[in-house]
Amino acid sequence: MEYEEAKAKIVDELQRKSKTKTKFYFSDLAKLLEAKPRDAKKLVNQMVTDGALVYWSSGSTTMYSLPGVGKQAAAEHEEKEE
Amino acid sequence: MAKHATPLLDQLESGPWPSFVSDLKQQAAKRAKNAEKIDFQIPADVVDDLLGLLELSFVDGVTHWKHGGIVGVFGYGGGVIGRYCDQPEKFPGVAHFHTMRVSQPAGKFYTAEYLRQLCDLWDLRGSGITNMHGSTGDIIFLGTTTPQLEEVFFELTHKFNQDLGGSGSNLRTPADCIGQARCEYACYDTQNLCHTLTNEYQDELHRPAFPYKFKFKFDGCPNCCVASIARADMSFIGTWKDDIKIDQEAVQAYIGGEIAPNANDHNGRDWGKFDIQKEVIKLCPTACMWMEGGKLKIDTRECNRCMHCINVMPRALRIGDDRGLSILAGAKAPILDGAQMGSLLVPFIPAEEPYDEIKEVIESVWDWWMEEGKNRERLGELIKRQGFQKLLEVTGIEPMPQHVKEPRSNPYIFWKEEEVEGGWTRDITEYRKHHQR
Ligand code: SF4
Ligand code: SF4
Repeated sequence: MEYEEAKAKIVDELQRKSKTKTKFYFSDLAKLLEAKPRDAKKLVNQMVTDGALVYWSSGSTTMYSLPGVGKQAAAEHEEKEE
Repeated sequence: MAKHATPLLDQLESGPWPSFVSDLKQQAAKRAKNAEKIDFQIPADVVDDLLGLLELSFVDGVTHWKHGGIVGVFGYGGGVIGRYCDQPEKFPGVAHFHTMRVSQPAGKFYTAEYLRQLCDLWDLRGSGITNMHGSTGDIIFLGTTTPQLEEVFFELTHKFNQDLGGSGSNLRTPADCIGQARCEYACYDTQNLCHTLTNEYQDELHRPAFPYKFKFKFDGCPNCCVASIARADMSFIGTWKDDIKIDQEAVQAYIGGEIAPNANDHNGRDWGKFDIQKEVIKLCPTACMWMEGGKLKIDTRECNRCMHCINVMPRALRIGDDRGLSILAGAKAPILDGAQMGSLLVPFIPAEEPYDEIKEVIESVWDWWMEEGKNRERLGELIKRQGFQKLLEVTGIEPMPQHVKEPRSNPYIFWKEEEVEGGWTRDITEYRKHHQR
């Protein structure tokens, strides 16, 4: 998949879901892109570098969100971490 | 005078043990006094507020830290862990209190000057509180504000040639024992392998795309000083194939009491005369040692390289010369439950640069786990869920006796029809005539 197309797809989809869900696992993104993890990783990394996505980390787990969406620090349902 | 009264925390100082509360109070007082006239870049009373917040948590019986957050340095998905407190008005000094993980040098070798530089940097741009080291091995910087993250990162990378470590769904900072730098038991150069793979897998270390955390640890021998077998998703443990080298004269010197056993480790108390039968031969887990005509014998075929005899008599027994390492997979040591030891995947692999064979195993394991692993599922859990046989398939490793811990406990390796010459046919109707469901 071309980068611009992938980016549009991810941003659209995440925006559509942003009412109910603001943080996504890497595998959610890979599924959206219908790509193998290694290929998806290249695209997703590029989106982070571009500022289209941001990392969210609990310390033990990393998730991705759109910049400025959802609470900066909170994830009320999150589990224990290391 | 402390900023906040902390009667509950003060109690923690009353026992016979060293207390982190005393350490924190000392640090708070040091910052209040600021004898070195440091131009603190985060609130001077950060440590006072940390103590105050912790006291409040003891009173309320709940944490006042929020969970995680969006912090990091540009281009990195790990190495910084966001911490925000939920009482920022009362404790402004810890409104942000982010953790930074500093990738420890291989084998944790550093100079006093390097440590001093790190501490100076952290006194200036952070709370000054460190944790040497975190359980993954990193040097942990505890507590700074968001604007300082890039500053600290810049200084670390530009002045000290020092990287951040891993956190989140990343390859975590690889950790190794001191290995050949100081230890005669080391069967391979742990520092070289650790450093090489750290450089090779920079992308995995800094850009999270794994289902969960992934740890590498490197032990030079089965003594496992970094406990790789108990906590690394992939453990690399030094071993050898040929005979343990025996110096029979030195064996006699141990028996005669001229050399103290265990390198004199037990000299705090008189344990009586050294008894080779009781302390070495009887304790050999595979019972492969015996004395014959005044000579110590070892049946190498049976020896599982547990290190016991070598640890007791290091001057008489040495590791063999045909050296390499074993790779184990699937260990984890979570805080809550589900701890699990590694399973032997590759009994022996040479540990020689450029380590291509080792990288091949690693990458095939990753491909499988990235594809099949569920969110927050460690490699060890995937191995349990899909079976050890699946791991062998994806790595292209043939099942072999070393994979079996003991008959009928692990792992069950089943033949597939295409693997058996001639295949087989099974008449299920005929079978059911004699066997009920
Ligand atoms: S694991 Fe073995 S080689 Fe490494 S430091 Fe410990 S005893 Fe030495
Ligand atoms: S290394 Fe362990 S198994 Fe091997 S001979 Fe020594 S005590 Fe026995």
